[in-house]
Amino acid sequence: MSLLAPPVAAPFGALVAACQARGELVVQPRMGFADPAAMRAGLLATGAARAATIGTVTLDSYTRVGDHGAVRQALAAGADLNGYPLVDHDHDVTAAMLAGLGFPVQVRHGSADPRRIVLALLDHGLHATEGGPVSYCLPYSRTPLATAVEHWRQACALLAAHPDAHLETFGGCMMGQLCPPSLLVALSVLEGMFFWEHGIRCISFSYAQQTHPGQDEEALAALRTLIGRYVPHARAHMVVYTYMGVYPRTPGGALGLLAESARLAVRAGAGRLIVKTTAEAHRLPTVAENVAALEYAAAAARSAHRRSSTADTGVLAEATDLIDNVLSLDDDLGTALVKAFATGQLDVPFCLHPDNAGRARGYLDAEGRLRWQRVGAMPIAAGPPGPDRITAAGLLDALRFVERRFDSTSLEWSGP
Amino acid sequence: MNGPTMSIEVAGLSAIVTSLSSDAHTWNLVYLQLVLEELGVRVANLGACVPDEVIVGECAERRPDLVVVSSLNGHGCRDGVRLIGALRAEPALVATPVVIGGKLDVAASDNSARLLSAGFDAVFDDTAGLLPFRSFVRTLAGRAGLPIGTR
Ligand code: B12
Repeated sequence: MSLLAPPVAAPFGALVAACQARGELVVQPRMGFADPAAMRAGLLATGAARAATIGTVTLDSYTRVGDHGAVRQALAAGADLNGYPLVDHDHDVTAAMLAGLGFPVQVRHGSADPRRIVLALLDHGLHATEGGPVSYCLPYSRTPLATAVEHWRQACALLAAHPDAHLETFGGCMMGQLCPPSLLVALSVLEGMFFWEHGIRCISFSYAQQTHPGQDEEALAALRTLIGRYVPHARAHMVVYTYMGVYPRTPGGALGLLAESARLAVRAGAGRLIVKTTAEAHRLPTVAENVAALEYAAAAARSAHRRSSTADTGVLAEATDLIDNVLSLDDDLGTALVKAFATGQLDVPFCLHPDNAGRARGYLDAEGRLRWQRVGAMPIAAGPPGPDRITAAGLLDALRFVERRFDSTSLEWSGP
Repeated sequence: MNGPTMSIEVAGLSAIVTSLSSDAHTWNLVYLQLVLEELGVRVANLGACVPDEVIVGECAERRPDLVVVSSLNGHGCRDGVRLIGALRAEPALVATPVVIGGKLDVAASDNSARLLSAGFDAVFDDTAGLLPFRSFVRTLAGRAGLPIGTR
């Protein structure tokens, strides 16, 4: 075999499907380093971890907002970035960074205009990335939603030219915290439908762990049902994100939350989990911290079992109503999404983006489930009346609900 | 974030709360807005990924008594130094109090000397809690002879 042979990596979607068929959860880090040597070391360590893994190249924030001047200045000054600048590193540098890895790598970014990023990843023979016209616009930019929809239309068409193209929705995460699950499920499905309409055939549907394991299981069951109903012909899997909000600060609390997300993924039949590390609340994780998280999650997953039924508190019905209402607004899904946000018929709690109505608000009920308090113009039922204004202390309390639950039990466990 | 805040003394301080050009985090901004409003300060929240020109333009137009910059993504020190240069280059904004806080680089190091010498009036450490910030705002109101905590 020639030393110059291209790396033979299984396609992203096929690898996840194969692991899922033999009952193994694929685990993946959120990892990105500006330095190519560090990035390559991280990918190699991910591949060598004792778990079924997929590699991640997370891009830096300047690349995300398209400020390539700032990337080049930072690189020239030797300054550190919060991710890998895929578009601005020399082609040969990135080719060497990726050479011969032998396992699929996904590019994770957070860009309302991913066109240059998609071209760059295709240029390096990669075929998997993530995002969506809504979920990479509202939480990540001040770009008008209609512009992001157009950028994502074009980016999907570019990516779809690759036979193994894989795209993951970020709609199941949005702001990371305090969004009732029905809206996350609806947005994940709507973004998957958008990808399908623009030629992507292999799609993963995300859902981020929220505040209550039972409610999360119900949400993932709803997501599975709706994928079958609205995107029935896609080669699809569900991907769970370990908690994306304010994270436990203690190592024990952080690992407890990670293990709970791994069990959730297995119980609900997800194919893949994107992990968080014990460094999450503090700083970017090291390679070693990432590998430890991957192995810990894989071990927790092995002790869990698929569950066949979940309680129904109405997540499926609400998500269905939200989706059907959007589809009724226009024959073109991109246009329908823009109309839905413009009229507040989709409304993401606490999102400051100018195109989000900002009238909807959730709350945590006594059991820790996320419920609607106000729904704005969304076609679903509001909850019991609550206080009109939230206080700073009240907001922080809600944001720290999960952190508190896991840090306090972890302190109990570690004892005196 | 909840529309006009009716119970604010109009004679009180006004502030701009903002992220930096590359930073998407906004829960920090929502929280700081509430903290300031509870102190009786009128707040305009500029949101995520605000380009320097927009921040400078909003400040020149609104002439706030205080500019509060918050950043978490690890580019805060670089982007903050660049922003304060642009703000201080505007004659109307040379003396406007501008403060910054959050997680300001990817190495969890202390950037306050660099940020202060670049022109910020105060740098608030991520781990120090909100007490120093609240006293800063109260002192500022005292200096300006403006009422605060009137709600
Ligand atoms: C939620 C979240 C997100 C959400 C944000 C959604 C949104 N629109 O807001 C999503 C998922 C989109 C996200 C994206 C990213 N994130 Co993020 N995120 C978080 C997370 C989990 C919680 C942040 C939060 O909501 N805090 C709640 C608020 C109320 O608290 P706070 O921000 O900590 O602020 C407190 C103090 O710092 C202080 N404070 C803050 N600012 C100021 C300013 C002043 C003047 C004062 C006085 C006080 C003050 O007041 C608050 C109360 O005590 C943190 C990790 C964590 N803490 O658990 C990571 C984290 C902040 N994210 C991080 C990163 C790097 C990113 C990304 C770049 C992706 C990546 N490479 O991993 C992107 C951002 C892209 C971009 N363009 O910027 C890193 C930052 C690392 C660093 N600085 O070294 C963190 C620490 C995670 C990690 N360990 O890697 N993120």
